[in-house]
Amino acid sequence: MTKYILIGVVIALMVFAVASGRLSGASFGTWIAAMLTLAIFSFLYKDNPIYKFAEHIFIGLSAGYFVALEYWNVFVPNLWNPLLESFRTVSPSGLMLLVPFALGLLLFARFFPKIAWLSRWSMAAMIGSYAGLAIIGALQGDLLAQIRANMIPFLSPGSLTGLKAAAGGNAFFFAILEVLRNPLIVIGLLVTLVYFFFSREHKGGLGAVSRVGVWFLMISFGASFGYTVMSRVSLLIGRLHFLMSDWLGIIH
Amino acid sequence: MAERKTEERSLLTKLSQIDRRILFLLIFACATIPLLLGAGLRMSVTAPVQGLYDAIDGLEAGSYVWLAADYDPGSKPELSPMNYAIVEHLFRKDIKVISGSLWAPAPPLAQAVFDEMAPRHGKQYGVDYVNLGFKEGREAVMVSIAEDLRRTFPEDHSGTPLDSIPMLEGISNLQDVEMIICVSAGYPGIKEWIQQIATRYDTAIGGGVTAVSGPEMYPYIQSGQLVGLLSGMKGAAEYEQLVERPGLGIAGMVAQSSVHVMVVIFIIFANIVYFLEKRRAR
Repeated sequence: MTKYILIGVVIALMVFAVASGRLSGASFGTWIAAMLTLAIFSFLYKDNPIYKFAEHIFIGLSAGYFVALEYWNVFVPNLWNPLLESFRTVSPSGLMLLVPFALGLLLFARFFPKIAWLSRWSMAAMIGSYAGLAIIGALQGDLLAQIRANMIPFLSPGSLTGLKAAAGGNAFFFAILEVLRNPLIVIGLLVTLVYFFFSREHKGGLGAVSRVGVWFLMISFGASFGYTVMSRVSLLIGRLHFLMSDWLGIIH
Repeated sequence: MAERKTEERSLLTKLSQIDRRILFLLIFACATIPLLLGAGLRMSVTAPVQGLYDAIDGLEAGSYVWLAADYDPGSKPELSPMNYAIVEHLFRKDIKVISGSLWAPAPPLAQAVFDEMAPRHGKQYGVDYVNLGFKEGREAVMVSIAEDLRRTFPEDHSGTPLDSIPMLEGISNLQDVEMIICVSAGYPGIKEWIQQIATRYDTAIGGGVTAVSGPEMYPYIQSGQLVGLLSGMKGAAEYEQLVERPGLGIAGMVAQSSVHVMVVIFIIFANIVYFLEKRRAR
């Protein structure tokens, strides 16, 4: 029954749009987008065929879009055209492109069970190169840089003087925060690291410190949850804004 | 007495089992009404947002910036307002913008920003800005651009060879740009730009991320690896305020705050009901 009501609502909206002249050629895409948005929102009521329909359209379109884009934006300009050019000019360095071309072809061996193992060569090349890039990046950009960034004085220079100067004024609260900033970073880092030290049972002093570490972790998870709520709400606002401005034209 | 207790219990049971669709309706109302009323919210600008503004403001006219549009329609409400506000600032400062994407759906989104902003500032494609489009390869593309731009992007988004684009004369790799600004929705994004490029080539990096990724990025500000950061719709709203170009960021902040208040009320309400139920059970 529900599905017929939902289909009826969508058809009624389309009929209204045509009758009121809103569905001009220029806004056809907007109408499609609005209908698909409503179809996805219909899941909030309950799972239904219209939602499934919109979901399948999304997956199909995405797959098609990606294939076309990868072909025209990557395969043709970065491999096919340079390869043809190197055949034309008989350039040995250009012919090196035959290696990635062959590795790319080998990936399709997965479709043929007898030679499926050949695709492992391509996978090995990809995983090897990306692991190399990621390890160097994580070491240089994350580990070393973050260790260096956390080697800070326990009290940031000048913070106590700033606190004295701000006493009684409007900036006093911010001066207190400035004094607490470095101790919080240093203590937070140490107690959190203690929590992840599993070589000894968390009892006694070690247990107490690791519990403080858990508090720091909980606060950070809370902040992450808050940010996640903000993110999801933003997506809802974005869709509602689209529906009310681009589609219905009731806000600008 | 026993009847009253049973009534209370049934009321508590009902409250603890409120239909989720009622909650959805309340959230929907909280998000819709402020948008319909067109309410705006003035907010204080946070240090990471001010940092990005100052970094861009400190660039000289005519210098080059790589604008990495690494997002998709799913994160458009959060990241597109940032992109608009940043491009507004870059164009006002007469900075030349090279846009490239590691996310397949991003180039049309980036192009939409340029199409709207360029005529307003009298900017020309190929002279003041260029959209190189998407390239597959993630970190490998970053490292490759840092060495040779033309090898990685032989042509732009619409198929024009890079050698026939006037503004790219003399630009051979990422080391020729003053700054990388990444508007990113996840992987590959700002974190990978920091890991692969900022540390290795000592290039200034700033940008914007979705609110979900925000907390993960703050350590990079503290370490000085990021010059500034916009986080979620609030970051976008703050930047819109700085460049005095109100957009979806500012428009959405009242709706955002209303929904947050409602979520807090839900959490408090759920906890009260939970504890009351627990007490009744005893």
